[in-house]
Amino acid sequence: MSINQSGWRPQMTAGDGKPAAPTATGNKALMLEEALIFEIGDTQTTGVDFTGIDAAAPASRLGGLARKAAIGLPGLAEPEAVRHYTRLSRQNYAIDLGLFPLGSCTMKHNPRLNEKMARLPGFADVHPLQPVDTVQGALEVIHQLAHWLVTLTGMTSVAMSPKAGAHGELCGILAIKAALEARGEGHRKIVLVPESAHGTNPATAAFAGFAVEDIPATADGRVDTAALIARLGPDVAGVMITNPNTCGLFERDLKTISDAVHDAGGYVYCDGANFNAIVGRVRPGDLGVDAMHINLHKTFSTPHGGGGPGSGPVVFSEALTPFAPLPFVEKQGEQFVLIEEENAGEHHAGSFGRMVAFHGQMGMFTRALTYILSHGADGLRQVAEDAVLNANYVLRSLEGTLDAPFAKAGPCMHEAIFSDANLAEGFSTLDVAKGLIDEGFHPMTVYFPLVVHGAMLVEPTETESKAALDQFVGALRSVAERAKAGDASLKTAPHFAPRARLDETQAARKPVLVWKDAPLAQAAE
Amino acid sequence: MSRYFTEDHEWVDVDGDTGTVGISDYAQGQLGDIVFVDVPEAGKQLGKGDEAAVVESVKAASDVYAPVSGTVTEGNAALADDPSLVNSDPEAEGWFFKITLSDPAELETLMDEAAYADFVAKL
Repeated sequence: MSINQSGWRPQMTAGDGKPAAPTATGNKALMLEEALIFEIGDTQTTGVDFTGIDAAAPASRLGGLARKAAIGLPGLAEPEAVRHYTRLSRQNYAIDLGLFPLGSCTMKHNPRLNEKMARLPGFADVHPLQPVDTVQGALEVIHQLAHWLVTLTGMTSVAMSPKAGAHGELCGILAIKAALEARGEGHRKIVLVPESAHGTNPATAAFAGFAVEDIPATADGRVDTAALIARLGPDVAGVMITNPNTCGLFERDLKTISDAVHDAGGYVYCDGANFNAIVGRVRPGDLGVDAMHINLHKTFSTPHGGGGPGSGPVVFSEALTPFAPLPFVEKQGEQFVLIEEENAGEHHAGSFGRMVAFHGQMGMFTRALTYILSHGADGLRQVAEDAVLNANYVLRSLEGTLDAPFAKAGPCMHEAIFSDANLAEGFSTLDVAKGLIDEGFHPMTVYFPLVVHGAMLVEPTETESKAALDQFVGALRSVAERAKAGDASLKTAPHFAPRARLDETQAARKPVLVWKDAPLAQAAE
Repeated sequence: MSRYFTEDHEWVDVDGDTGTVGISDYAQGQLGDIVFVDVPEAGKQLGKGDEAAVVESVKAASDVYAPVSGTVTEGNAALADDPSLVNSDPEAEGWFFKITLSDPAELETLMDEAAYADFVAKL
């Protein structure tokens, strides 16, 4: 026989082997302490060999604008660059590592099938200026996705080009503005926004030239319908309302509100960020909505940040459809055609213009359509049901530990909200969030929405199993109990993260934005 | 000189037709550490309830509303260098701006110190 001569036998006994000091490198086993790229790179190193390029390059046309001195950016060989960013990424938290309970953000799993489809060369490698007869498949994807979005929302048309939720909001509000101007009512300058709105809503209205007025919330966390209707009048352009709202509650009066807004000559914008809670169950078009953006990265599982811009298509009612932006895809006979300025024709003459130079985010379209087709209509309905079920499981599991201001009024939708009401004196929502980091979870959304004091907004999404929810609930309950008992160690948490609690005040008041090497930095002080 | 408060936690000290505006001690406590303050420039016309200034804490940015209508005569330049004055001395050194009142009758809609104390106690 051949003998392995290592002769190793396990020899540990209890209590042995505790290190007397930290490691020489600062590393903790496989968790590496990573320096800044300025500290590990130097200006002499580069990952690419440009030798000979200078001689072959054409004369510079920059004239007096050419850079005169070296800029001193650090260089690394390729393997060192790869390792640097991989090490940093290991100190981060991601949806592929664990439950990501950020309320209002919908951090759901990104199915790998989406990625496989998005990488097909016919979708991934097309150019927006290619002749349309060479990209018929890509246009069919856009057309099919548009059909699903219009059908699921019960609306008339959809603008696919907006690049994100807030961009979609702007698209919707610009369509409302165009519609008002078309009928000679451009003097309507007021947009009503509930207190619990996403911050982007009032920002969008203001950016489009409207003045924003707040509508208060009721004690049960919904829009004060009476106050909203009382404010309607000839100066009101419309309302921006989120349904389900940011308290995780369904706005039951939306149809009543829409009818009143329409009677008063205004339009209804719905922030569709929370469409994932009602997809397949409720069609916003039936509730009188005139425009709504859909965050493909929330409801339809495309990544948050997906190798480029996101995607926030906007669906329109019949009233706003004539004002929708170009371009869009139409099927004419067996051909898919891009409708742009030169072929828009008279029936699109009211379009307010374009949101972007080209046609939208192909990678996101492919992923979203893959998600839709792999679930089907019945599967999408179950997505909404499971998202709501999971949020209610979290709500009921924790309502005995944390104050849940709206829990008594009934079930929540896709997210559960808690307040800081029963934490010990001197303990805050921030302490709970930091404690949760030590337990291995990304914190929930904190201090939003503003209508709940010290809000903790948890959105588990439909992609978490009961076992995963139980682990999270157990961790949050444990941290919350410490905050209720006044455990002082929580005030300095996290203790086990790569960095302990940072001085956020100092970082904001005296930010250090320019790196200097250590001797220079000391000399500067 | 007398001091008035709004339900949005601004205070205004009135001396003749000149008002000095800031945010209350209660407000700074709720906001937490203030890290940035944007005050209006002299000459800006404000209506009662208009957005007059922005105050940023570690947590969030908040609007400060004009408690009265008028014309801004001075913003507190010291807040640019040291926004923490709003935390340490909100109702004196941490003032935001001075304003010439255009309609002193608006003061009747505001709260005095005792009424504001009652208002805050109920929050």
